[in-house]
Amino acid sequence: MSTIIPKISLRGVTKSFGDNLVLDKLDLDIMPGDSVVVIGGSGTGKSVMLKCILGLLDADAGSIKIDGVETMGMSTRDREALLRRVGMLFQGSALFDSLPVWENVTFGLLSAGTISRKDAWGIAATILAKVGLGRQVCDLRPSELSGGMQKRVGLARAIATSPEMIFFDEPTTGLDPITADTINELIVERVRDLGATTLTITHDMASVRKIADHVSMLHDGKIIWSGPVDQIDQSGNEYLEQFIHGRADGPINADPNTDKIT
Amino acid sequence: MNIFAIVGRSFLGFLATIGNIAVFTGKAVFHTFAPPFYFRLLWRQIVSVGYYSLPVVGLTALFTGAVLARQIYIGTGRIGIESAVPTIVVFGITRELGPVIASLMVAGRVSAAMAAEIGTMRVSEQIDALQTLATNPFKYLIAPRILATALVLPVLVFIGDVIGVMGGYFMSTELLGFNSSAYLRNTIDFLEVADVISGLVKAAVFGFLIALMGCYHGYRSDGGAQGVGRATTNAVVSASILILAANYIITELLFAQ
Repeated sequence: MSTIIPKISLRGVTKSFGDNLVLDKLDLDIMPGDSVVVIGGSGTGKSVMLKCILGLLDADAGSIKIDGVETMGMSTRDREALLRRVGMLFQGSALFDSLPVWENVTFGLLSAGTISRKDAWGIAATILAKVGLGRQVCDLRPSELSGGMQKRVGLARAIATSPEMIFFDEPTTGLDPITADTINELIVERVRDLGATTLTITHDMASVRKIADHVSMLHDGKIIWSGPVDQIDQSGNEYLEQFIHGRADGPINADPNTDKIT
Repeated sequence: MNIFAIVGRSFLGFLATIGNIAVFTGKAVFHTFAPPFYFRLLWRQIVSVGYYSLPVVGLTALFTGAVLARQIYIGTGRIGIESAVPTIVVFGITRELGPVIASLMVAGRVSAAMAAEIGTMRVSEQIDALQTLATNPFKYLIAPRILATALVLPVLVFIGDVIGVMGGYFMSTELLGFNSSAYLRNTIDFLEVADVISGLVKAAVFGFLIALMGCYHGYRSDGGAQGVGRATTNAVVSASILILAANYIITELLFAQ
């Protein structure tokens, strides 16, 4: 009997900032082609977890494997090779404001030498069309775009290299409900086209219901519930129920004075 | 609070900063000379640092040369050797004032701009984005800035030297009654190649320090807009102090008898 190796596997991942324990022996498996959404309140360590997986932060302890290969302590060269298989949409889009849109979108392809600068403009226009943006956007600067357009360009940049894994950090934060739903739709469509494995972190329940195959809830540095998205309303987990219904009363302390600082 | 604890914590913080700067410098130097090279970015920095600093360096040098000539004329007049003005002006400009003043002006313009730009990229996650796009920020952001500034500053200083000497020339010939051809002859006859070269060597070192401090403080900035503002201030202050300290050290190394 063959066992399927998780695309991404976290075991006992621990991360502290000084005395502040953010990730506490966290375990998480993401299977190939799966879309996992990790939810949790502000300051629960979702972004820290994502940055540890990407190698932007070094975890203090534990194991992070991608395709069964340990990534903690990986050499710079191997890390760069790994990151060429990854796409990432940042919370604030993180577009390079010194570059025009077309160069932002094709940045990964140009830096890998996959395409020439001569062809980059046309390729960027093709990718931008997939996220609903016209060719006229190509020559604009990121500062000339609205928040929703920046998210679309960020998504275009994330999918430009046809990555195996895509990470979404709060993809709909700061957007109006209609634009947020459009972004969610685009994420689902483009991820389906690519057949990519995705990990999304959010506290937007509309995103969760639209994007997720599986949901995990992070609280106090640990995954306290995991399951298929269609079971979140019948989980019987009081933390999850409080979170998805957005109630102030419950086991999750909403007192800002007790929030962890990450 | 215990005074020893305060002193100890400050000292440990100082040592940590030295260590961080040393590690950052090592990585910056390594990535400056290891491929891949971003020539397009290097050229953009050369234009940004060199071409756009020309007005500030030129004006500063012109006025410094003129004021220097006036002061030396007054000083030498007290012992009756006013004829030494051209020699002292060119000596002072090429060896000291040219490289130091031009570098301080460039530090104010370039180091602050680098810290602000890289700091903003840090707090808006653009540096994280670079990394996730498999691009080393040291190669893409730091190396072109350091190399460009170290290459361009000697050129700026050389231009500043010429303009500074001309500032002294105009002051001396137009207001102090010096003969034009005698002034130029005295300037050229007593000028040695080593005077100019030493200033250019200093300029290259100062250029490295200016870009290093701008990049270091920008790269390590945090805390949003306030953090970027702090990084900008720290970059200019530390670059200026290091320029003056390095000037002393290089002068001792080159000219101590």
